[in-house]
Amino acid sequence: MSQTISLKGRLSLRRTLIDGAFRFFLYLSIFISLGMIFWIVSSLWNEAGWLLSWDLLTKYPSYDIDNAGFQSPLVGSLWVVGIATLVALPTGLLTALYLEEFAGKGNKFSRLIELNIQNLAGVPAVVFGLIGLAFIVRGFVKWGFTVGSAAAVIAMLMLPVIIIVSREAIRAVPPSYREGALALGATPWQAVWRLVLPSAIPGTATGSILAVSRAIGESAPLLLLGALSFVTFNPTGLDSPFTIMPLTIFKYASDSREEFQILASAGSLILMTVLFILNLIAIILRDIATRKRNV
Amino acid sequence: MGEVKVGRKSVVLSPSPHLARRLNAQRVARYTMLLATTMSVIVTVGIVASLFPTAVRTMITIGSQIIGISWAPLFEPPEYGILPLFTGTIFIVAIAMLVAVPVGLAAAIFLSDYATFNLRRVVKPILEILAGIPTVVLGLFGLYVINPLYVEKYWPIGEPLAYSALGAGFVTGILIVPIIASVADDALSAVPRAMREAAYALGATRREVASKVVFNAGLSGVVAALILAFARAFGETTIALMVAGSFPKFTANPGDPMMSLSAFIGFAGIGDAEVGSNAYNTIFLIGAILFLITLIFNIVGNRIIARYREAYE
Amino acid sequence: MSNDLQTAPSHTEFVDNNQGSAAQMNEVKSGPRIIDPVFTLEDVSVSYGKYVAVTDVNLQIPSNDITAFIGPSGCGKSTLIRTLNRTNDLIPGASVAGKVMYHDADLYDSKASAVEIRRRIGMVFQKPNPFPKSIYENVAFGPKVNGRPKKSELDAIVEKSLRGAALWDEVKDRLGASALGLSGGQQQRLCIARSLAVQPEVILMDEPCSALDPIATLRIEELMMELKKEYTIVIVTHNMQQAARVSTYTAYFVTEVNPLGDLRTGKLVEYDETKKIFSTPSDPRTEAYVTGKMG
Repeated sequence: MSQTISLKGRLSLRRTLIDGAFRFFLYLSIFISLGMIFWIVSSLWNEAGWLLSWDLLTKYPSYDIDNAGFQSPLVGSLWVVGIATLVALPTGLLTALYLEEFAGKGNKFSRLIELNIQNLAGVPAVVFGLIGLAFIVRGFVKWGFTVGSAAAVIAMLMLPVIIIVSREAIRAVPPSYREGALALGATPWQAVWRLVLPSAIPGTATGSILAVSRAIGESAPLLLLGALSFVTFNPTGLDSPFTIMPLTIFKYASDSREEFQILASAGSLILMTVLFILNLIAIILRDIATRKRNV
Repeated sequence: MGEVKVGRKSVVLSPSPHLARRLNAQRVARYTMLLATTMSVIVTVGIVASLFPTAVRTMITIGSQIIGISWAPLFEPPEYGILPLFTGTIFIVAIAMLVAVPVGLAAAIFLSDYATFNLRRVVKPILEILAGIPTVVLGLFGLYVINPLYVEKYWPIGEPLAYSALGAGFVTGILIVPIIASVADDALSAVPRAMREAAYALGATRREVASKVVFNAGLSGVVAALILAFARAFGETTIALMVAGSFPKFTANPGDPMMSLSAFIGFAGIGDAEVGSNAYNTIFLIGAILFLITLIFNIVGNRIIARYREAYE
Repeated sequence: MSNDLQTAPSHTEFVDNNQGSAAQMNEVKSGPRIIDPVFTLEDVSVSYGKYVAVTDVNLQIPSNDITAFIGPSGCGKSTLIRTLNRTNDLIPGASVAGKVMYHDADLYDSKASAVEIRRRIGMVFQKPNPFPKSIYENVAFGPKVNGRPKKSELDAIVEKSLRGAALWDEVKDRLGASALGLSGGQQQRLCIARSLAVQPEVILMDEPCSALDPIATLRIEELMMELKKEYTIVIVTHNMQQAARVSTYTAYFVTEVNPLGDLRTGKLVEYDETKKIFSTPSDPRTEAYVTGKMG
């Protein structure tokens, strides 16, 4: 007769219990993270969901809840972050290309720049408001509290993030593409421009969209740039006064009257919707990028 | 040593005119990239140059008054005791860490050792959405939900007020959960598979592998995650300002309003501070302090990450 | 398999009559004397930082023929082939000592352009590395970076190159399809076609079949036999049978372990006609290797 061997689990009861509890705790933590989003969105919705209508996008900020809307802050946010992106994206991408493809790994210069970028990414956002206040609003640029000043500050804030995500995207391009192109007599720049950059675009785009959505939600640095005011007209240029979504929400929120709380919540819902759409685009883009790489 | 006999065919390997043009284009591209690269240096120099002259001058004027428990630089007579701002900041950050560390680390362990590939693809974007919630919305949530419905109702000590460090800490905790989760997940996922397999081969359960072997191996990266999250919470302005209020109260009761370092900058900087005014001078002083402290934490955190990457790559 | 072992290599026959003087012959310490070589290597050593990958190489490579580099892993044969078109330049810390002559020109002369060199001396890599573009665009890449050919010229180059790489019939109906959809063997032939499109004189092949199945390998070998009519081919291979099948000359390298440290250095042991290497090698180490006693 052959010997029978049981492969059934024979862990001690204690071990099984602890393992089960640990697993439960892990799932709970994910559930909590998900629940936080739901909790935040649902309390905003309960407060201000009824107020949402397309009118909110066409009306301007006002103390009268029936006539209040978010057009000028929305347009202001678009201006500020739009211009900031136009500045920060090419600058960041070129920096990333330089560091990854031309600077030479491990030499003193690139290590210094790398360290600088890493630490710049960790500087509290509000500090960027201070440099804006000292040098751009006043100081030698003297742009005052304008769209241009705000865009400059937001561009500085976005720059390190864009550099970091672009570098990651460039690093993910297989080195064999570069080798292949160079073996055909392409200059390193041609290899980068025609092959590396196009291959890095989905990854860079994903990271940059996330950076843009963070910039749209950013409030602290622009507190110092006079954006916390009621502006009831859309900006028309770099030298226009402006306000932005997060700070209009902030302004309403600091009023204790209930209708302002509702307005602030409504503004938050609009802002979250915009950001959610941007995030969704980023996630889809990344999915496309990873799928392409796995083919 | 005589000439080696080489091929008789004569070739010229210097660049052709077309190649010379392409190399010129490359040179132009190189300079453009270099210029872009210097921008990030200029920003750093700009930060230092904008903060420190004013900060140092202000510090010299204030002198030893800075060690004090009353912060009221905008009033007459001004008071410059900075301790309340520090206690405010520390309370908020500590509470935030208390909330975020267990949840964030659990999420990281889940992602690195428990989640299937598909589950990971669902959970990661959820954390990203959480990370993408603007601070002003979190502030609103603290102000309208956490403070009135929870802190005011259930906190047993002191008088209930609209603002509290407890609420601000809790909401800041929500902010840093995704930071801890994602940086720690990177660290734990970088632990070589061979280490896991060795532990499984000894009959360890998944929990034992994850919590003992992988967690220990990835510990330095986990520590880095906590440090970076700490630095992020330390510099967070909007939440502190909205939820903890703008009263620099020197207190040990987390249910009280408090003011953090960064919140003071937001608070005093709103009102178009005139150059040379007390408000202007003190926000640059606090800005410099904030910059230095977060810089130290960031350097340490990034260093640790760089080291474990080197070890595993 | 041996039909080309029987073809007597035509390069060595009249050495003495042509140019040979005793003094000159002594300069080339190893290998057959070759008339009008494409490459002449004199005391070549290649290092990565402190680590010397291969040292003291003297050999001459004939035109319109196939020369194989064989030897165990770590013997520096890949490193050496990469110095022949300055692909090693791309690795930080890599340095070349000695002379690498291409016809009468020094490849490492300060006036020589690495880009120009790589255009003339193409390379096919170990793993097929088609660009993430269409089949057509892969082949057109080289001509495009090296000039601005007209569409009609380009079409002609693409067809000619694909025919040259024996791939035309398989892909002519789907030139617009992604190159990543081809089989491994087809991808490698596409990479060969891509090299042909820039009209090189030499094609370096760094273990071109190591990622392919036996049938695909056979097709590449047939292709190489075809290509040697017009091109000079240097191939690095792990596969001794492959070297015996396709090459006219073979260089055998070994790994020497430095007695002081555990640093490994590659050395050229013997360079001769392939049939001699595989029948009557002069060095016992070569004999041990080709008869399978080691390595």
